[in-house]
Order: sequence, then structure tokens, then C-alpha cells
Amino acid sequence: MSGDGHDALVREIVDAHRGVDGATLPILNKVQETLGYVPDAALPIVAEALNISPAEVYGVLTFYHDYRREPPGRHVVKLCRAEACQAAGGREVAEHICQRLGVGFGETSPDGRVTLEAVYCLGLCATAPSAMVDGRVVGRIDHERADAIAAEVNQ
Amino acid sequence: MSVRVFVPGDAGALAVGADDVAQAIERVAAEQGTAVEIVRNGSRGLYWLEPLVEVETETGRVAYGPVAPHDVKELFEAGFLEGKPSGLFLGATEEIPFLKRQTRLTFARCGVVDPRSLDDYRAHGGTAGLAHALKMPPAEIVEQVKASGLRGRGGAGFPTGIKWETALKAAAGRKYVVCNADEGDSGTFADRMIMEGDPFLLIEGMTIAGLAIGATKGFVYLRSEYPHAEIAMNAAIAAARRAGLLGPDVGGSGKAFELEVRMGAGAYVCGEETSLLESLEGKRGQVRAKPPLPAHKGLFGKPTIINNVLTFAAVPYILSEGAERYRDFGMGRSRGTMPIQLAGNVKHGGLFETAFGVTLGDLVNDIGGGTATGRPVRAVQVGGPLGAYFPPELFDTPFDYEAFTAKDGLIGHGGIVVFDDTVDMAEQARFALEFCAIESCGKCTPCRIGSIRGTEVIDRIVAGENVEANLALVEELCETMRFGSLCALGGFTPFPVLSALRHYPEDFSGAHARRMQAAE
Repeated sequence: MSGDGHDALVREIVDAHRGVDGATLPILNKVQETLGYVPDAALPIVAEALNISPAEVYGVLTFYHDYRREPPGRHVVKLCRAEACQAAGGREVAEHICQRLGVGFGETSPDGRVTLEAVYCLGLCATAPSAMVDGRVVGRIDHERADAIAAEVNQ
Repeated sequence: MSVRVFVPGDAGALAVGADDVAQAIERVAAEQGTAVEIVRNGSRGLYWLEPLVEVETETGRVAYGPVAPHDVKELFEAGFLEGKPSGLFLGATEEIPFLKRQTRLTFARCGVVDPRSLDDYRAHGGTAGLAHALKMPPAEIVEQVKASGLRGRGGAGFPTGIKWETALKAAAGRKYVVCNADEGDSGTFADRMIMEGDPFLLIEGMTIAGLAIGATKGFVYLRSEYPHAEIAMNAAIAAARRAGLLGPDVGGSGKAFELEVRMGAGAYVCGEETSLLESLEGKRGQVRAKPPLPAHKGLFGKPTIINNVLTFAAVPYILSEGAERYRDFGMGRSRGTMPIQLAGNVKHGGLFETAFGVTLGDLVNDIGGGTATGRPVRAVQVGGPLGAYFPPELFDTPFDYEAFTAKDGLIGHGGIVVFDDTVDMAEQARFALEFCAIESCGKCTPCRIGSIRGTEVIDRIVAGENVEANLALVEELCETMRFGSLCALGGFTPFPVLSALRHYPEDFSGAHARRMQAAE
């Protein structure tokens, strides 16, 4: 599965950002929002449009935690692993979720069902532990809520 | 006439089911043929009561919470639309002790108004500060901010007026106002609450800053973890533009100011101001050496002021009510109010805005009500992942920039994370270094390498290898990071590490494991 099929789309996104100062992140954000990841084939297109080298685009792409270079699973679970969630039992919840989803952090299940990612703070620290499931926020996660997340994702 | 019912649209409320509650209210109202108008307000910041539903009655707003969807039918039957008491009844919202004890200057409107309505913002005193600023020459605006004693609320505590004055005096054809909305500290959510609950306040504060330094363009650099804030800010900016509050002719003054939201991509270090500027310019978020200061040479090499959301959000009050009124709150060199955030294992978690000077113990035990688990408080981390851990013995420390520095800590962005007695402080110290390693931008060696080596040394101490020598090594490593790092990430990571070592030495010699075993 190469990114070739997405060239036209990347070009379209690049064109929509002409004249934008410091457009690298806005472009990469839009590519990822649309495709779920940033295919390698996008790098030279973005580089050419911004008049920088592909190495520089690569540097940006690999600096930020959000960017994926492979397609994610059909569901994406982002679980907060920062201090406020740790204080509220987050470490145990993390173990439980890994077990229920059958993946570790930074992994996608072999069947492409789910990707589990660590985040460091969703700003939901007074309703901790918290997560984002396919963009939807979930707080006060206990075993019951964790099981509900797993059930939703494992369908 | 339909009854106004408030169900927060704040992410913290959504995370505990506010959307489902709003839908349930709509459904039951429709079934009963009752007319209700549901307003999706911001959060009042009483998160243990979310979803907190309010009803507007003839005698003011009354609150119910925490409301689950299955409670809604019962609420209707109990007559909650007339503000009648039931099991979840909390009384008049403003009389809830947690709210009543606060001094809400910055958060005066948050949770009260409809964040999508500019009219509502105006009806609650919004834009009064901007109206005053538009009548002042730039230097006078700067003077007001200086006189207020406002210091940067992002963590560094630098006097805001001085920063603005530097940018005002810098000669350039183009200047920028940048809002640091990369609120990455765990235990903090005040920026998010403002952007979701009172976004026009931030717009007003940034516009005043633009007038003060002669900038016509502003950026809000917002973290990607805050998609709800992105939607709220963009909607508010569009509304402000339509109303002529942003654009080529701000409020009919002939002066231009435009705002744009830029999303980050998940990098804690981009909360550091120079790293943020690099990111805005489309580069890796690597820290710049200072000088030059951003106020001289900032975004795209132009004079730029960068302030935190809460700093900009404090400015409209200062301009509308006067610098002295703001200055009258607080203690020592910490003037005004601080929106403090209580988080983690705390019974009453939420947003508590108060004048500087309240003690840490009052915040944690009295206002926060101790731990949510009911176990004894063992440690609180103040100021995010780079803040020190405080044991109860230090709870007499007043919330004040200098007082916290004197105790080898920092107030940072005002987040307080509470831990009970099950916490393993060696694990927390290790995490601080691990987090630094994950988030290091890699530019300077003490941070990039020191953080990794630090986790290894902690592991050796916990394993009982050469404990004395390795403890000395950690101290030395922390000193190198403290004084040798380019920015606060590497420079402040020693705070949580050394405070854990100093106040909880027993946890580094297996005491935690023994304690946990004894508990079982």
C-alpha cells in the first residue's frame, strides 16, 4: 500500500495553503486529518511547494508525536499517561486497557482494528483518568468504562 | 416562554456524558410538550459535579449535579424546570461554597455565558476593556498593564508590562502577538476552560495587546489535544470578525488586528516560547538560544510578544476596572488572582480562582477536600511535570511565586495534582525523567542525554546497586541539567526528581513495595 494514490489529494491540500506563512504544520495536519497518516510520497510534494528540502519536511514529520507514517487502525484510542491520571489510578487502567484491546502503546492490532496511543494530558485532569476514543473524550475511566471502550472498539 | 437550561459543552463535562444528558433533557421535554432552551455553556469548574445542569429561575440560576441521563426523567418529575429541590439539587449555583469562596476576575463569565454569543459576552461586561484601550495611546495601555503587576501566567512569571514595553519600543514594520495555548502541563486545564467557555475574552485580551505594541496580526498556538477549544476559538473569531471587532477596522477605530488559530502536533516542548515560534514558522519545535528575546526578534524575525492564555485573559479586566483594582489582590510581588487547578486524586477537583496568598494546605485539604479515594494525602505536585512534589509538612507554603521558589518549587501554570499514600515516589521521580526524555527537543545535551541517564540511575538506586554513589550521581546530574539546559524542560525536570528524593527518601530503598505488601 503505497501513498501514490494520494498524490492528487496532497497536491490539493498544498495548493489550498499557498500564501500561508509557516505552512508546514497546517499542511501536514490536514494530510493526516484526511488520510489518518502522512504517506512518504507526500514529502517531496510538500517540500517542493514550500521550497524546502524533503529532509526538512522529514525532520518536521518525525519531530511531532502526532504524525503517523503508517495508516492507523480503524479505531484510535489515546489514553492519557500523565501525572494527574497516574494519581487517579491511570497506571492500572492503562494495563487493563492494553489487555482488553490486545495491543501495547504505539501499536496497531494485526487485524487493523485498533491503534493505542499514549498522550500526555488531554486537559481532563479533574475527571481523570481520561482518554480520547476516535476523537470523543472519555473521563473517570474505571474498569467498567475501560471495558465499554474495549467493547466499542472490538466490535 | 421557554425555560433556559444550561448543560456544559466543556470537554471535561463531555468526557463524563454531558451530551447524553442534553439529549435526554431535549427528549423528555419534547415528550412532555415543555419548551426548553438548552444553552451549552462552559464549565463552572466544579468537575466533581459534572455534568452540572443549571436552570434559570426567577430568583437566579440553580444547579443539579452530577446528572446522569437516567436521572433526567426524575428531575422533570421533581419540577427542576421551576428550580424545585430533588436528590441532585445543589441550590443556587453562586452559593455553592466552592464557587462562593472564589474571586473570579478572569473566570467571571466562564460557565455563565453562552460561549458562542458575542451579545451574551457584551451583556456580561465583555469588550469594556477593549473600548477603554481604543481610547488610549499604546504607551498608556502598556503602563496600565505594568501598573497592574500582572506576571506571565504560563509559568515563568515574567512581568507582562515589561515584555509589552520592550515590544512596543522595538522599531519594526511588522510585529506579532502570539498566544501560547499549548497547555501541556498535566493537572492544568484553565486555558482550555477559557477557550471553550469564554473565548471572546482571549480575543479581547490579544486585541488589546495588538493595540499596545502596534501589531496587526496575532496567532493562537493551540495544542492538538484540545479539538473542542479549536472549534470554540474559530467560531468566536469568525463572530468577532463579523461584528467588526477583528479585521481592518477594530471597533471602528481605524486600527487593524487579525487573529488566526494554529494547531500544534503533539510536542510538549512547544509550550516553551522559542520552540513555539519555531513550530509556528513550520519547523521542528527546537528551542532557540536567548538572546535575542522574542520581543526583539521573535516570529519570522519580527518583534513578538508571547503570553499564556490566562495572561491575555487577565488584561480586559485590568483595562476595564483599572490597574489598581487588579493590583489590590494578592501578596508581595504576586499581584491579582491566579486560576488554580485542583486535579488528580482530589475529592473536589476543578478550577479555583483566588488572590495569591492562600496556603497549599487550604487548597488541598479545605477547598479540595483531600483525596477522592479518602486515603491520606502523601504528595502534591505543583506546577505540572516540571514542578516539585510537596509533602504535607510544607502545606503552610502560601501560593505565591517567590514563596514557592524559596521551597525549591514553582507554581508554574497553577496546576496541583494530588496523590494519596499509595504513590511510589521513586516511580514518580523516574517518570519525570522519562517524560523529559520523551519530550526533549534534542537541542541541548543535558536535557537530551541527561534525562535518559537519569532514568537509568534511578533504576539502579531502586535495585539497590551502589546506592550512595548513585544518589550522589543523580544530584550531580540534576545540577548539570538545571544549569546547563537551554530551556525549562531540561532545566526544571530536576524539581520533581530532587523533591521526591529529598522528601521521600524511603521510597528509593524499597519502602513503597514493603508498604504495599503490608497493606495487602
